[in-house]
Amino acid sequence: MSVKSNNCSCCTQDDTQKYDEIANIIDLYKDKEGSLIQILHHAQEIYGHLPLDLQRFIAGSLNKPLSEVSGVITFYSFFSTKPRGKHTIRVCMGTACYVRGGKKLVERLQDILEVQLGETTKDGKFTFEIARCIGACGLAPAIMIDDVVYKQVNVNKLESILSKY
Amino acid sequence: MVKLIINGKQIVADEDMTIMEAAKENHISIPNLCYLEGIHKIGSCRICVVEVKGAKTLQASCMTKVSEGMEVNTNTERVRKARKVLYELLLSDHNKECLSCKRNLNCELQELGKTLGVEETRFEGTRSERTIDASVSIVRDMSKCVLCRRCVTVCNEIQGTGVLNAQNRGFDTVISPAMDLPIGTVDCAFCGQCTVVCPVGALKETDAIDTVWNALHDKSKRVAVQVAPAVRVAIGEEFGCEPGTIVTGKLAASLHALGFDDVFDTNFAADLTIMEEGTELLIRLKNALTGVGDVLPMITSCSPGWIKYIEHQYPQKLEHLSSCKSPHTMLGALIKSYYAEKIDRSSQDMFVVSVMPCTAKKFEIAREEMKNEGVPNVDAVLTTRELAAMIKEAGIDFMSLSEEDFDHPLGMSTGAADIFGLTGGVMEAALRTVYELVTGRELPFDKLHVTPIVGLDQVKTAQIKIENPLKAYDYLDGITLKVAVTSGLNGAKLLMEQIAKGESPYHFIEVMGCPGGCITGGGQPRSDDVDVRSKRLQGLYMEDEGKVLRKSHENPYITAIYEEYLEYPSSHKSHELLHTHYVMRGEFNELTKERFVLQPNIPVKRVNKKGVEEEKTHTAQSDVRRKREEMVDIRILALEAENARLKSELEDALETVDIYKQVVAENISKRDLKIHII
Repeated sequence: MSVKSNNCSCCTQDDTQKYDEIANIIDLYKDKEGSLIQILHHAQEIYGHLPLDLQRFIAGSLNKPLSEVSGVITFYSFFSTKPRGKHTIRVCMGTACYVRGGKKLVERLQDILEVQLGETTKDGKFTFEIARCIGACGLAPAIMIDDVVYKQVNVNKLESILSKY
Repeated sequence: MVKLIINGKQIVADEDMTIMEAAKENHISIPNLCYLEGIHKIGSCRICVVEVKGAKTLQASCMTKVSEGMEVNTNTERVRKARKVLYELLLSDHNKECLSCKRNLNCELQELGKTLGVEETRFEGTRSERTIDASVSIVRDMSKCVLCRRCVTVCNEIQGTGVLNAQNRGFDTVISPAMDLPIGTVDCAFCGQCTVVCPVGALKETDAIDTVWNALHDKSKRVAVQVAPAVRVAIGEEFGCEPGTIVTGKLAASLHALGFDDVFDTNFAADLTIMEEGTELLIRLKNALTGVGDVLPMITSCSPGWIKYIEHQYPQKLEHLSSCKSPHTMLGALIKSYYAEKIDRSSQDMFVVSVMPCTAKKFEIAREEMKNEGVPNVDAVLTTRELAAMIKEAGIDFMSLSEEDFDHPLGMSTGAADIFGLTGGVMEAALRTVYELVTGRELPFDKLHVTPIVGLDQVKTAQIKIENPLKAYDYLDGITLKVAVTSGLNGAKLLMEQIAKGESPYHFIEVMGCPGGCITGGGQPRSDDVDVRSKRLQGLYMEDEGKVLRKSHENPYITAIYEEYLEYPSSHKSHELLHTHYVMRGEFNELTKERFVLQPNIPVKRVNKKGVEEEKTHTAQSDVRRKREEMVDIRILALEAENARLKSELEDALETVDIYKQVVAENISKRDLKIHII
């Protein structure tokens, strides 16, 4: 009954390998009650994100309705259904960073990267998000790229920061 | 048993009962919305809250079990206020176009507002976007959804299809197929059980009323109508009858009154189905038992929801399905051939309407397989509910109509056809004919009812030993015919898993897609009577027992149509008109390109930011543009809201700082004072 999605047109050789890896994970967790979230975590780690085809593959292998799998994925903000960039930029929009110009950083970054909040750049390099307080209020306004915090950023510094990536 | 007090009244209740159930038994009604007796209780709407002495918060009475010494009040000021606020909050995100809603005056949310005495809606704010997802069978309008999740329970637990589930989170929650896929593109069986339980106008059948009026007004068309067996035992409820009341005569009269040129009975085709399907079973048995080989068990194919289910879930097992079309498509094919020839009209002139207890039949007529020479067998399917609406719209006083008969030659049927509308009925009808054909004797059961397969159990089985058959059926001598009957797709899954594992012991299986069979199909009147299934079941059995002819092969018009037109069961002609094949679809529709999405030009009214109503034509392109615009709008709104929130946070923080400054200043002055004192 389950359908191997690895013969779909969007999959490359590389994908097949990832699907195999995910299939192994599923086998490991299959019979454990309530293991869907675990499997999704691993799958996202392996594949990068959880597109519809992968959701179908997981739903089919677990014999669960697709709507249930996607229900869980869309409920938790950690899961992403769209490809994520190589790096994630998070502009802090906590109170301190906001009043010291966080919003301007967001606007400028949208111009530079040509993306809206929550989107990924065309070259797949950056995913652009906002963050709640990252606990660096003394360094406001701060941005994070992956796990590096940049302090007291202003709009003029942005391009040189991005050029490091 | 436990003793408790509800509204000052001492009552005794079973300890497994909820407060709601105990109250109901004692004639105390507690308002509710998401609760559905015996099927769904998750306490999501909170409307049924009551005050329980000793409990800090109000308790949802549909979820809270009774206990010894409990004191419950269902009608205090606190409870009434809470219910009103909850109701108003539900309304704050509800599309309130009630006057133009299909469920107007038949809506549980409206009814509830009346019960609660709500006269104002104080909460206005952002509302869920109105998107209409129209398939050939079912339309979803999520701007009306109140997130009660009855449909989720029915789709996942009762039917086991799992097409609908909650997606996203918080305000964005929407009950939908995965990833917002249109329902016409996924493995929905179109059984329509969700449309029966939806309390509001969020889930409903795709409208065919306009199409049918247009056909009736079109002078160039000859419009024939047919009604399924289960319609006659349910439509009366729309006009105030008790569930289970048979109104066949009035039904035929109302169809004549509506202006249909020919009023035929799907029951006729049910009798015909028995001839064709019975013959097919005997051929398969013969092949299997004489070593030629054939696929067994054979499974009935009358229920299009079931057909779509197996096409999605067990695409490799389609050869188990009988090749017979469903009765109404058989009749449609005959109206456009046999009958059209008789009255000297072309098949294109004929317009066939089927009145069905079913939403999946709307999908069935859209199938390519249900066409002959490019002409669809049936042009429009009305649900029982839709026909009732048309009768009301036409101003016909249904209950005062005198009884009339269906028209000939496609209107006469036997009792065997009546029971096609209930679980076990097709099997019993088939056995009545097959057994008699094979042995020359009547089926050996009291009143011809195959007792083990009568009733509402999920899976029912029976064994019938065949002894001393007629010479032509020698190969069946001593064989015990094993049959199984199920209704509801969860039951179908059980029997299909057996088949998939090669462990099915049966020769013949009847599957109906809806629990209880067509009597409680997705297109039937909504009922709050918990016994509606058994009442309608009894009604149809009575209709069967009241007939002189109760076996399909005894129908003289069936004999006539074979003599005049079809020659014999399973003939070349009947294969051309009455038989079909199936499509492998797959769980994710990956095996076919066929989709069943409708792109109608539904005017979509939406409220723009300034509160002005805009009318737009709902097309795919404008939809995409609109969505993009709205995404930008939403982002701006989100940022503005964020801005406002942060400003107020900042103000709060500054205020706090002021307070601290004061405190510090005071402390310093006190200390100064102390120092001073020292």
